Amino acid sequence: MAFTLTINGVDHAVEAPDDTPLLWVLRDELGMTGTKFGCGVAACGACTVQIDGEAVRSCQIALSDVWGPVLTIEGLGAPGAPHPLQVAWLRHQVPQCGYCQSGQILQAADLLARNPDPSDDDIDAAMMGNLCRCGTYGRIRAAIHEAATLMREQAQ
Amino acid sequence: MSRLGKITRRTLLIGWVAVAGGVAFGVWKVRQPLANPLTDAGSLNAFLIIDRDGVTIVTGRAEMGQGAQATLAAMLAEELDLDWQEVRLAHGPASAAYYNGALFEGALGGADYALRDWQRSVGGALGQVGKLLGTQITGGSTSVRDGFDKLRAAGASAREVLKRTAAQRLNTTPDTLRTEAGAVVARDGTRIPYADLAEAAARLTAPQVAPRDPSTWRLLGRELPRPDLPAKVDGTATFGVDVRLPGMKFASVRMNPRLGGRMLRHDPAPALAIAGVERVLDLGDGIAVVARNTWAAMRGAEAVVIEWGPASYPVDSAAIRARIEAAFDGSPNSTLRDDGNPDAHVGIEAEYHLPYLAHATMEPMTATARFTGTALELWSPNQTPLVQQKAAATAAGLPTEAVTVHTTLMGGGFGRRLESDYSALAARVAVQMPGVPVQVTWSREEDMTHDAYRPGVIARLRGKVEGGRAVMLDARIAGEGLMAQAGARMMGIPVPGPDRALVEGLFDQPYAIPHYRVRGYAADVGIPVGFWRSVGASHNGFIHESFIDELAHAAGRDPLEFRLDLVRPESAVAAGVLEAVRDMSGWDQPKVPGTGRGVAMVWSFGTPVAEVVEVVDEGGRIRIARGWIACDTGRVLDPGILRAQMEGGMLFGLSAAVHQEITFADGAVQERNFPDFDSLRMHNAPRLETRLLTANPHMGGAGEPGVPPAAAALANALFDLTGIRARSLPLWRQFDLVM
Repeated sequence: MAFTLTINGVDHAVEAPDDTPLLWVLRDELGMTGTKFGCGVAACGACTVQIDGEAVRSCQIALSDVWGPVLTIEGLGAPGAPHPLQVAWLRHQVPQCGYCQSGQILQAADLLARNPDPSDDDIDAAMMGNLCRCGTYGRIRAAIHEAATLMREQAQ
Repeated sequence: MSRLGKITRRTLLIGWVAVAGGVAFGVWKVRQPLANPLTDAGSLNAFLIIDRDGVTIVTGRAEMGQGAQATLAAMLAEELDLDWQEVRLAHGPASAAYYNGALFEGALGGADYALRDWQRSVGGALGQVGKLLGTQITGGSTSVRDGFDKLRAAGASAREVLKRTAAQRLNTTPDTLRTEAGAVVARDGTRIPYADLAEAAARLTAPQVAPRDPSTWRLLGRELPRPDLPAKVDGTATFGVDVRLPGMKFASVRMNPRLGGRMLRHDPAPALAIAGVERVLDLGDGIAVVARNTWAAMRGAEAVVIEWGPASYPVDSAAIRARIEAAFDGSPNSTLRDDGNPDAHVGIEAEYHLPYLAHATMEPMTATARFTGTALELWSPNQTPLVQQKAAATAAGLPTEAVTVHTTLMGGGFGRRLESDYSALAARVAVQMPGVPVQVTWSREEDMTHDAYRPGVIARLRGKVEGGRAVMLDARIAGEGLMAQAGARMMGIPVPGPDRALVEGLFDQPYAIPHYRVRGYAADVGIPVGFWRSVGASHNGFIHESFIDELAHAAGRDPLEFRLDLVRPESAVAAGVLEAVRDMSGWDQPKVPGTGRGVAMVWSFGTPVAEVVEVVDEGGRIRIARGWIACDTGRVLDPGILRAQMEGGMLFGLSAAVHQEITFADGAVQERNFPDFDSLRMHNAPRLETRLLTANPHMGGAGEPGVPPAAAALANALFDLTGIRARSLPLWRQFDLVM
């Protein structure tokens, strides 16, 4: 089947079976490898992207079910103009291996879009589906708080 | 990777003769220089490439999250006066020139904390074994220790030869020149960038100069921004699974879940009926499915109907446990501690059980290969490039030198990627598809059920207290002999004699106990076992530090003061980390009702680490609320990275303690994905505080020592809260923890 996906503001024609998960359309059909495969069963969050502003596990979304524009890590910031989350992630030197971080950042972006000043508990509740085997949780929490501050300042 | 290939063709690089050979730093003397792998000319050693595009520091060590490439690069950049923002990192090729000498210091029989200087010299000489064996290994928490002399020498030597080159050009002498931010600067302010000097400098003999005094350091000792991180937050970092080559096919494998067993028969038809599936390859002990994308390949692999042959090991966890227990009936494989006469004492007894564990890296096993008929190119996220090269060559029926290895970033290593099975499988698939590059990615289920597992162990301990002190500790531990099995698998040579991995973290702890014996019993189970972050100390830290807690309780003593009394006479450095966590955690202040606290201290990989865990009863559910870590690695080269390793290590250990076990039924691993083998998450990981001490006279490791105390500190805290002593893991089976 032929589909057109809007990814990071650009339309992409995709010719693939309609049950192909979005994750594999991104990675293998379109070569956008920033979104990662971790488990295939929505248990780790490494494949998190946003569809129409909502964080979703792309390993569970069939190509034919993609209901809106897709945002991936490649489209979150722009060259020379990183998203505040990416700025904060570097300030706090969050990643270790880095493999889960695309998903962590897209999940955090969803949180901050809904809740511009999250508490620790808010962050825990939003991020508990995103596994990090390196154990970067403390720095992720600190970076989300910092990004929230940066975004509130930018909004003023 | 392509960058390095391009550079090699241009040959605009500098090979620093001074580095491993001849240079008079301690014991790093090598008689025969090793070929510089970055040139065809074959000069010695290459940690540095300077070309028109800038400076690339080639570390020969892999990046799996631990940040070693960054700190190694800082060593060289410190001496060479590079602008840190301009530094680029590369792993470099598979080459014996990047042998790891520090790894073999651990081959000495004694306890690290008690080694004398002459013994360390012997250990350094043993490091030459690493050169002879070609051990280019990222592991054993050794990268920084191993590189400390080599990379600084490389940078200092490079700086001086660049100054000589500039001096010739400016008709002056090198002593009138200085170096700054990637350039040689003359007294009149003339700046010559290194890139303008590199080609000429490469033709001179590089002088050997001593590295700078640490008091002058600008980079080392500070928290530096890691050069690998920008690409990890914008999605451009290339992990093994992200390699994309023109015309590349995607594949996945399904191997016998009875590990090492054969495939009796299979029917590929159901897989071939799936859209996107192109081929089903018979691998003898399993199948590979080649497809247009990884998802179709994984679905296809699941769909093949397969009849599997039997396993060669006991078929279920009960039978495996019986096999391990049977090892106690044989004679010990090692008695690496044997002080006093433990048999003359009668005391308390306890038995501990720890499960097999998977590594569960975030990035599942994967490798990409292209076979041309006479050569094979391999892209592999790995900790052992030369082992991968040999494994792929064997799998492809090629001479070793016909395989080129590109070591990519790893989405976690934890010891799993010391193994080479994923590279060998990629090679086996590629040889059936000449000319077509193919990426072989395992499903999470395939990854978790086909690991080289942390061995399951059983330990039997006896101990006695008198006058408030431990006077006897007699430990026996049984488990699969890791060194014999993994040594044969990786190096082609079984490591004979006492299996240090079985007893490390148990025989080598800095406690003054007069009657103290540790014996290891190597069980012959036959399940593939491997190196899991902190190896033997991962189980022995739990066993030793839980039992010390039992002795403290038997003595009616505070467990931290009880430890300090025993540790102070053996090691002031180890006592220091205990005192630090005591102060940090407010140990001496009264506890809040409904809380429990536990402490553990383990010396592993050259570094003593003490950890305190606080647990809180939240209406029947127990939360692991807070943790405190104190470590002493001696000199700290990057406090930010070191802190991250300690905290990550503690969470890695706590995750295993709470959640993880690998069990067997019908010869197959039963845990298949993260829901069966979970880790701590954001909401149930403790808040951590870490203190870095610097009293250790010898540099210790960073990547692993944070792991071993974690499980015991938690179990001891749970005992403090509930009065229930955990003698087996995982803890969710015994305690109602916040999950």
